[in-house]
Amino acid sequence: MVSLPGSTAVAGIGATEFSKQSGRSELQLAAEAVFAALDDAGLSPSDVDGLVTYTQDTNQEIAVAREVGIGDLTFFSRVHYGGGAACGTVLHAAMAVATGVAETVVCYRAFNERSGRRFGQPDARIGGEPSSQGLEMSWHVPYGLMTPAAWVAMFARRYMHAYGVTSEDFGRVAVAMRRHAATNPAAWFHGRPITLEEHQASKWIVEPLHLLDCCQESDGAVALVVTSAERARDLRRSPALIGAAAQGAGAGQLMMTSYYRDEMTGLPEMGVVGRRLWEQSGLGPADIQTAILYDHFTPFVLTQLEELGFCGRGEARDFVAGGGIEIDGRLPVNPHGGQLGEAYIHGMNGIAEAVRQIRGTSVNQVAGVRNVLVTAGTGVPTSGLILSAE
Amino acid sequence: MTATAEADLHDRLMALAERQIAVGEVRGVAAADPVNLPMIRHWAAAMGDANPVYTDAEAAAGSAHGEIVAPPAMIQVWTMPGVDRDGRQATTPVDDVLRALDGSGYTGVVATNCEQTYHRYLRLGERPVPATRFAGLSGPKRTALGEGYFVTWNITWYSQDEPVADMLFRVLKFRPRERKTKPEAREPYPLKPAINKDTAFFWEGVGRGELRIQRCADCGELRHPPGPVCPSCRSVERTHVVASGVGEVYSYVVHHNPPVPGRSTPFVVAVVELPEGVRIVGNVVDCPPEEVGIGMQVRVTYRQMDDELILPMWVPQES
Repeated sequence: MVSLPGSTAVAGIGATEFSKQSGRSELQLAAEAVFAALDDAGLSPSDVDGLVTYTQDTNQEIAVAREVGIGDLTFFSRVHYGGGAACGTVLHAAMAVATGVAETVVCYRAFNERSGRRFGQPDARIGGEPSSQGLEMSWHVPYGLMTPAAWVAMFARRYMHAYGVTSEDFGRVAVAMRRHAATNPAAWFHGRPITLEEHQASKWIVEPLHLLDCCQESDGAVALVVTSAERARDLRRSPALIGAAAQGAGAGQLMMTSYYRDEMTGLPEMGVVGRRLWEQSGLGPADIQTAILYDHFTPFVLTQLEELGFCGRGEARDFVAGGGIEIDGRLPVNPHGGQLGEAYIHGMNGIAEAVRQIRGTSVNQVAGVRNVLVTAGTGVPTSGLILSAE
Repeated sequence: MTATAEADLHDRLMALAERQIAVGEVRGVAAADPVNLPMIRHWAAAMGDANPVYTDAEAAAGSAHGEIVAPPAMIQVWTMPGVDRDGRQATTPVDDVLRALDGSGYTGVVATNCEQTYHRYLRLGERPVPATRFAGLSGPKRTALGEGYFVTWNITWYSQDEPVADMLFRVLKFRPRERKTKPEAREPYPLKPAINKDTAFFWEGVGRGELRIQRCADCGELRHPPGPVCPSCRSVERTHVVASGVGEVYSYVVHHNPPVPGRSTPFVVAVVELPEGVRIVGNVVDCPPEEVGIGMQVRVTYRQMDDELILPMWVPQES
């Protein structure tokens, strides 16, 4: 059996600027990010033989290949479930490389999520199709439960009830992310930290979530170059080894609305991912110097800390209140500012930050980084990575 | 009404009209009060008629009349029945026609003509007597108000036996257009569920006021949301039970932003745990959002969202 851990690496990262109105097509954004990632790796388009993106991406692999000037493709694949796809694209790429299906695979995500189709806006069509997903949505959408914030808020309320968590506990996550973003020039919220009071005063989106519990909406693109560890060592940058990569869905899983399982206070699918990551890498929570935790909404950052074993059930609020997720804390979380602070590129910008942390080139560099854990979308079938230094 | 019945009705009405015309003039009851200054003063004030000949004895004495006279347009006032129509009013030949029209569904009435001719001024103390002649019936006519008959009559007012004023009066008696029995078609509710073979039983139940939970026909396991295969025993034989209709709020949200099509904010959506052992999502209604809480006891209700869709929702159990 081909062994995944350590045999592949992220050799290049690239991104467009993060904005609210890119002024260009999503395909152009994708091409720009791919060029940037290839330049970063010191590779040319002709070196690429595989492309992976999200099922939600509007740019077909062949379209990106045409624009970028990539020739023959021997591998192309899509990963499903919204932002849950993020680390999954790297998993698919790594599997293709590890098995010899492809040599150099680029993962990309490009969208005008702010100036184009906004995921946070209700779309009456999502419950309309008698597909399995449409039928699933039909238990919720007719009641107006149809935005990501609302779906997450339902979990958040139960989580608060179970562990005595407050809106301020959620707010501390937002404050930390904005503090990190404030010193990141690439972040939309560069130079704009917030206070807990501002979080509390921000308008309700869906109780118990305030506006500042919700990540921003962004235009932009990110691309990653995945190749073998052996090849990566010969390239321009020091490789970020893929120490572990996993996807996970839990029993009784639904898209964003898994309200019918025994508990609503955890993220079993992230538990699946976490167990696979620890198994593959042979590492544990204590071996992680910084984590990129998917932060489309603040409550699930707390849940992930618990689900991945960084603290016990119901203890995340104290972990956060005690400064645990700050740059100098026990587990610095999202040094780039996350999606709350840097940009919402469906989790791909977080993977790029993980690579920078391994390289030691982040603007908010954590000291002594050997291993970074990255997660993808929460509330959906998801994925995760552990990237490691040589 | 059939065309034949309509023709019969018309013939009967016209025959009645002929008879009532033949009745000729029928004298009514004399004015309850003689022509008097207080009523003139009120009327003149109400109409804004400041002519002193109606109210000022001195000025009137110097006028062509030589005394106070009543405004001619007051002629109907003197003999108009009061609010308390106590039978002092004599019948007129018009009454039977109006009654017949009412009885045939021409219940609406609108005055269309009123033409008065004054022969002389009335003086204080005179007691005019009205006399009514039925003048004619014409119709049926289609009008904007509905189909109807025009009914015309004349009244002559006498003082002693001297005619002092005449009036032609015409009304339209019409059949009010039938109110639409259907309420205006509702705006289609935009948030429709997708329904297929696996879920139709639930929505059919909702249409009958039943909250149905899928039950495996082999192992008996209850399941919501439903699906085609029992996850416990792989059976595809399924039936349902009707839930008791009570439940407990397991979690909930209050939606404020952004606006949701077909909904006004804020609104509450809850995950409701049923005593049968499954959970279901629905709105909590008839309850201020701030009073909703986890553990709240609720019971099901059904709301018509548009002409097609009914949704099960939840109200506090004590209400």
